[in-house]
Amino acid sequence: MRFIFKTNYDQDINIVRHNGDRISYGLLVAAMIIIPFFIDDFYLGELSYVFILAIAGIGLMILSGYTGLASLGHAAFLGVGAYTHAFLLTNGIPFYYSIIIAVVVSFFVGAAIGFPILRLTGMYLAIATLAFGFIAEHIFIRWEHFTGGNRGMVVPTPEFGGISFYDSATFYYVCLISLIASMFAAINILRSPTGRAFVAIRDSEIAAQSLGVNIARYKALSFAISAGFTGLAGALLAHYIGYLAPDIFNIFFSLTLLLLIVVGGMGSLHGTIYGAIFVGSLPQMIAIGRDYLPSSIGSQPGLEPLLFGLILVLFILYEPLGIYGRWLKIKLFFEMFPTYKKQTFKKQKTFTKSDRV
Amino acid sequence: MGYFDVNNITVAFGGVRALNDVSFSVNQNEIFTIIGPNGAGKSTLFNVISRIYQPNNGNVVFDGKNVLNLKAHQISQVGIARTFQNLELFENATVLQNLLLGRHIYKKSSFLSDMFFLNHVKKSEREQRLKVEEIIDFLDLQHYRDTPIHGLPYGVRKNVELARALSTDPKLLLLDEPSSGLTNEETIDLGFWIKDIKNLLNITVVMIEHDMSFVNKVSDRILALNYGQVLAEGLPEEIQSNAEVKKAYMGE
Ligand SMILES: Nc1ncnc2c1ncn2[C@@H]1O[C@H](COP(=O)(O)OP(=O)(O)OP(=O)(O)O)[C@@H](O)[C@H]1O
Ligand SMILES: [Mg+2]
Repeated sequence: MRFIFKTNYDQDINIVRHNGDRISYGLLVAAMIIIPFFIDDFYLGELSYVFILAIAGIGLMILSGYTGLASLGHAAFLGVGAYTHAFLLTNGIPFYYSIIIAVVVSFFVGAAIGFPILRLTGMYLAIATLAFGFIAEHIFIRWEHFTGGNRGMVVPTPEFGGISFYDSATFYYVCLISLIASMFAAINILRSPTGRAFVAIRDSEIAAQSLGVNIARYKALSFAISAGFTGLAGALLAHYIGYLAPDIFNIFFSLTLLLLIVVGGMGSLHGTIYGAIFVGSLPQMIAIGRDYLPSSIGSQPGLEPLLFGLILVLFILYEPLGIYGRWLKIKLFFEMFPTYKKQTFKKQKTFTKSDRV
Repeated sequence: MGYFDVNNITVAFGGVRALNDVSFSVNQNEIFTIIGPNGAGKSTLFNVISRIYQPNNGNVVFDGKNVLNLKAHQISQVGIARTFQNLELFENATVLQNLLLGRHIYKKSSFLSDMFFLNHVKKSEREQRLKVEEIIDFLDLQHYRDTPIHGLPYGVRKNVELARALSTDPKLLLLDEPSSGLTNEETIDLGFWIKDIKNLLNITVVMIEHDMSFVNKVSDRILALNYGQVLAEGLPEEIQSNAEVKKAYMGE
């Protein structure tokens, strides 16, 4: 086991706790930077897609994993980001401004939706966000001036100093930088008073309120921040797909994001990365799996949603802490060996909490 | 008019009158205890003061301010902090994070400066930590800073809740059954701490309690409630010898 002796309060405030972490994260980033020199365009594209998913995952994780609010309509914000960005690019706005405006627009749409919707809790909130997802999809279809409706919309390809976005390495780096920036922004929010207020709302609204947290305001803020990250992912996704059509941002995509954070591990930013890798590679694995299945099953069209749903349920039942939680357990097992106790991760229920305040 | 006045508070849940025309007055810097059998309406009273329940009638005045004009999240800003009978801690956060939430009302930064973790955010984090460390030392919580709440024994959790309330730097502290579930030694410590809270930190304490020997040891004055009504109010020795109170506790 590693024991960290703390000699300064800043050790609890800083992002990296000790040099070991600094080295391993540094190596990871270095590896990500040189990877385009070693793998071909197809896998580079896949990796970019995983980064995009991870950014959207960070958004949903802040809302669901840290503030405890469900959303079954988050693909709508991917759509808001994607369409805003594509529309602005089409109208000649430079890439940098366009992507920032897309984030800001998503943020405010999130805030506007968040204020009325977040009076609801639990099941009702889930249903309301689901409905919001459907409504947004319809708006994307109907608002033809802005989205091109069902005909779709071509996403213009910007250039960076003569290098086209179609160059997959360029796009890869844009996604990588966006992911790293998003990660830092999310970590900062979570280690500061804003993030603590989110966690407080998740764990006990009544106590949060008594300590001065304005519940309605912070819930809406969480929704808006979440929408902002997801909008950024949407803007990048627009380039990845190249051609926007309303049915991309459907309920299935919202469920994919939900699967991402559940599989990765609720309430952990690490989990968004694991979840994105898992969700990003799942269609590939399913495609490979199809070849081995009898054709009567393998060629069924509804196989993917079915499997996604099944995995979601299994994770919630048997691995509620997700892949990251499993990794922590394995790590602890080796650190503690041979004294690891199975109970270490069992939540103690020393008393029952009644419903009365 | 006293420092903290509760005037003619009535609360009805459907047909049940949980509180019926309850009035009392607490002086600055005293330990005022509310006793009464189960269901007497004690916790309901606290929930009225912290603006969780809206009373049908009456008003509450603290330090010249009309409490019922405030929203629930503004109560701590006027200097009222509380604990809960059934513990409302942030279960998946560490002790330190729980206590830092007690400092939420002193937050000055916007979420944007939080997102970039600007220098003034970092500076403020250090200041809040310093304040929280004073409370940690005061209540002997040094060993538990980084422990998540769900891994703590019950007695320590109760202590953390008290610490979290103190972190807000309150003028008035409401404690809902602080000694319930504690061991004998823990209860003795608690008695000393509550007296220190009054004498050293100059905080006015209103507490709900069942343990009568504990109540008599620490209270300056006592209010007895039964079926939502005030039975008696007075010094500990007066309440001890009050016939009405005895009757209510013996169940006649
Ligand atoms: N939210 C509520 N809805 C309906 N009835 C309630 C509610 N809260 C409290 N009551 C009722 O009001 C009465 C007083 O309850 P309260 O919790 O204030 O009692 P108490 O004096 O704190 O008792 P205890 O010593 O058991 O904590 C009880 O009859 C209770 O059932
Ligand atoms: Mg009670």
